[in-house]
Order: sequence, then structure tokens, then C-alpha cells
Amino acid sequence: MHIPDGYLSPATCAAFYAGSTPFWYVALQRVKRALHTRLVPLISLFSAFCFLIMMFNLPLPGGTTGHAVGIGLATVVLGPWAAMLAVSVALIIQALFFGDGGITAIGANCFNMAIVGSLVAYVFYRAIAGRSPIVSFRRVVAAGLAGYAAINVSALFAAIEFGVQPLFYKDASGAPLYCPYPLSVSIPAMMIGHLTIAGMAELIVSAGLVAFLQWSDPSLLKATAGNAVALEDSTRRKTRSLQPIWIGLCVLMILTPLGILATGTAWGEWMASDFASPSIRQQIADSSLHQPAPVAVPLGLEQMSQLWTAPFSRYAPPYIRSAGFGYLLSAMFGVGLVMLVCFLVVRLMRGFVVGRPRQPAV
Amino acid sequence: MTGHHHARGRRGFIEQTIDGLHSAMDRAMYADRSASGRGALQQLDPRVKVAGLAALILASAMAAKLWVIAAVLLAALVLAAISYLSIWMIATRVWFATLTFTAAFAVPALFLTPGTIVYTTPGLLWTITSQGLTTAGFLILRSETAATLALVLVFTTPWMHILKALRLFRVPVVFVVILGMTCRYILLLLENAHEMFESRKSRTVGPMTRGEQRRIAIASTGALLSRTFQLSGEVYLAMQSRGFRGEVYILDDFRMQTMDWAAAIGFASLTAALVWVGR
Repeated sequence: MHIPDGYLSPATCAAFYAGSTPFWYVALQRVKRALHTRLVPLISLFSAFCFLIMMFNLPLPGGTTGHAVGIGLATVVLGPWAAMLAVSVALIIQALFFGDGGITAIGANCFNMAIVGSLVAYVFYRAIAGRSPIVSFRRVVAAGLAGYAAINVSALFAAIEFGVQPLFYKDASGAPLYCPYPLSVSIPAMMIGHLTIAGMAELIVSAGLVAFLQWSDPSLLKATAGNAVALEDSTRRKTRSLQPIWIGLCVLMILTPLGILATGTAWGEWMASDFASPSIRQQIADSSLHQPAPVAVPLGLEQMSQLWTAPFSRYAPPYIRSAGFGYLLSAMFGVGLVMLVCFLVVRLMRGFVVGRPRQPAV
Repeated sequence: MTGHHHARGRRGFIEQTIDGLHSAMDRAMYADRSASGRGALQQLDPRVKVAGLAALILASAMAAKLWVIAAVLLAALVLAAISYLSIWMIATRVWFATLTFTAAFAVPALFLTPGTIVYTTPGLLWTITSQGLTTAGFLILRSETAATLALVLVFTTPWMHILKALRLFRVPVVFVVILGMTCRYILLLLENAHEMFESRKSRTVGPMTRGEQRRIAIASTGALLSRTFQLSGEVYLAMQSRGFRGEVYILDDFRMQTMDWAAAIGFASLTAALVWVGR
């Protein structure tokens, strides 16, 4: 993925230096604003860390080894702008001092991995992690997938940069001056390796280290978990904001006896006994384009209707005289039942998502 | 038997990682030693070197003729020789590594590039085109030349001077400071990681399964991450104790001598000539 010198034309390299500059500028402005904080040493140390994990050979399933870039982790811990700087610094030092990646290609490499990579990782992480708690397993999955997506989108950018070279740059004999492979070759060649080996390395490192941080120091994951933190702080405000819904629900329940005012039977909701009543037979015919109702009760309907007798049949419990009060009681019972089921489902889901109790920040 | 064969035949990831860390440390130490040598380039102002060698890399990137790129490579070798850098060291550290990587990328181009057929392989009837040969030559020669020039710069200039010279290209001070700090702590973390893996290696008996290896790799990375954060906190406190309040100053104490001006003119005219003939 580290594009060496000689693979991209000087014009392409210049375009990517120019394209990266505004992102670096914005990122630096943001860092400058936060210079009084511990961000400067944190970015430096983090890019040193990124540099190092690019050297760790990770054994992958299938017998190969791969190395991660650390885009996913840097984005989750530092946020996209600071991560852009940290990964760029690591890439620049690799190119300048360790000969990994070209000097003319620094702009392109930083654009693909540091800029596009961080932004993709951030979008994926926020979208998948949602408002889940900081120590939830969902955040581990989100970090892994964010790293996987970031490295693959970066690789796709590199593949496109390779693939357009032979279209524009050839010598007099028609020999390509830089990367000779067209898009039809460069995209599959790059993506096969990244969708499998490099992507998996990034996934394992991002997910593994976010799980490690959840266990050792969850406070470091707060930078990109704005929603989860806000959610914990504003539980009370959330409860208050539900008040109008509760009031509306109560009003609707009180109004339920209005249903008695409506006459007749809803189409298709007939009971077996309705077929014996001449007035209801007339209603059925009137509402069915004057098709007369069958003479006898349909056999299936008669058999099936005896399978289950509802406790509040026709919203009127048999032991309550007043039909209006029966309606109200049925409404309250129904609403309560729905809420109970919802509450149980949410409890069940939360237990599944949280996985383990929250650790205090060290 | 299988386990023994496995251990001997394919080196484990711990050994591979140790090797990688070791060669990075080795490179940094060699650079430190050779940068303080008494060669020609070592005496030059870092700004002239950074700009001049970058211009030569650019000239090789712009050239559309193979012999011009070869001429840049020759110039790089002459510069290395007058700076007392060993050509053998350049061959083993740069050429071989770059060749293995770029050849894997360039060889398919011999067959895939359409053009005039110059050779057909006997059995498979694959055709090599003259355009394929030229493009593979461009790739290999350009990447070798740029890597050689980059190495000449790094091995004749202290790292901190290179970073300071980046101010010449209007790189913001904060960025230069972050680069400098990163460089310093890379070496520290390299040593930390090296020790960690060495101690792990000394406690490992017999072959490990892939899953175990992966768990160890992640655990080591996690431990290193913890140390990184701890160190970051300490560095921040140290910076505060020395009065860091967000303003960054760097000492711009480079002074151009007559020799530096002469070298700058030399680099500029050589680059201009190469760009002109390489069109």
C-alpha cells in the first residue's frame, strides 16, 4: 500500500500534495486550538506507535502474516483530524528515514491512508457504534469494521491512482512511463490482498486494541464516543422529553369508549354467530358489493374460532357491566402489556450488547 | 518431528518482528554515525541537501528516457562515494530490498504491456514486448534511484536537521515539532518493543498455534499502547514543567557558507540539465 517513487507521475504526485494540504491545514488548526492540552505529545506518541505496529507481523488465519497500519485505532482514540496528523507523520517518517514509500508519493500515501482512511474509519465507527456504551462489545465490532473499511477504501484509492497512469503517461514508443497496469488489472490486484490479508490484520488490531482499552482505560475511548457519553449524562432530560407522549397516550386511553359510538362490524372481522343474524347478514351483503353471505357458517371459520377465547373478548370483559368502562380497562391493559413486552425486549438486548459491567476509569 | 521441522523451516512471527525492529534500530544507529562523518555532503547546509536531493528525485521522476534516470542514479552514487558511504551498504540495504519489491510489481508488465513482440517464451507462448521491457526498466530504475537519493540524504544529515530544514518548504512549526518528537519516541518505543519481544521469545518453548500467536501479538501491542499513553502523560508533564504554553520555537541556526551556495548552484544546474534532456 505504501506507494514507492516512480509508480506515479510527478503531476499525480503534485495533485495529491495539493489535495492533502487543505486537510493537513484544517487538522493543524484544530490541533493548534487544543495545543494547551496534551494533544501534541499524544499525537507524537501515537504516530510513533502507528509506525511500530506497521512493523509487527501479525499471524493471520490461513497461515499468512500481515501488518496493520493503525488507522482504525488512531481514529477511535484521537478522532479523525488528529488521526490524520498522526498517521501522516508516521508515513512521512517511514518515507524519509526508513525508505518505506516514496518521497514524491508522500502526498498520495498520506491522502489514501491518513486522510481518506481516517474519515472512512470515523464514519464507519460512529455509524456502527451508535449510542452504545463505551465498554460495549458493539464498539469492539465497530472499531474492527472501521479499520477493515478504512484500509480497503485506501487500497481502492491507491489502485485507481495506479490504474489511471497508463492512460496519460507513455513514451514515444507507447511504453507506459509509470505504473503500466490499467484499472482492470490494478483494482483486482490491489483489492484481493487488502480484502483478505491486510484488511484482516487491520480488523484484528483495531478490534483487539479497542477491547484492550475498554478493559484497561475506557476514558481514552471518549473522544469519538460523544453520543454514548451524552446519553449517560442526559438520561433525566430524555425522560422529561417523553412527557408529551405519556400525556397523549393517557388522553387516547380515556377517549377509547368513543369506539362504542361506531355501529356495525368491521369488514372481514365477522364471528361465526354473525352468520345466523339476519341484520348482520344484510350488513355483510351491503359492504361486499351486494354479494350475499354464505348460508352456513364456513366450516374452517367455525372450527378455528373455538381454538382460543380471548379474556377481553370484543374489548368487553364479561364481568363488567358498563361497556364504556370495559373499553377503558381493555385499553389500559393493552397499553400496559405492550409496554411490558417492549421493556423486556430492551432489557434482553441491553444484556446482550453490554456483555460485561462497566469498569471505572483509571 | 513436524513441530521441530516447523520451528526450523518457518520462523515464527516473534523472530520476524524482532528482525524488523532490529533492522530499523540498526538503520537509525548507522544513520546517526554516518551523519557525523567527515564526507562532502555531511559538511553541507541541511537545507541545500534536502532541496538539492529532492530536486534530483523529481528530475528522475520527470525523465522520459531511461539513460537520464541512469545518469541521476550515477550522480547519487558519486555523492555517496564522496560522502564516504559504502556502496556495498547501499547495495544490500536499498537496492536489494527495492528490487525484490519492485520486480514483483514490474515483471508482469513485461507480458501484459501491449506492443512490439521481442521474445516468446518456449512452452507457454507468453510474449514479452519491447514496451513491456521499457516500462519495467522505468519502474525499477526510478524506484532504485529515488531510494538511493533518500538514503544518501538520511545517512549524511542528522534527522533533526532534516526536519528543521523542512521549514524551508513552509511546513508549519507545529508539524515540525510533532515530527521531531515522533522521531525521538519511535527510537524509544522500538527499544521497548524489542525488549518485550526478546523476553517473550526467551520464555517460549515449542511451537505455538496461530491463535496463540495472534493473542500474544495483540497482547504485546496492547501493552505497548499502554506504555505509549503513560509516556505521553509523562512527556506532557515534563513539557509543562519546562513552561510549555502552546507556543513553539525552534532554533533556526543554519547559516549558508560559500560552499553551500556553490553546492546549491551545482544541484540547481544539474537538475535543470537533467530535466531538459529527459523531456
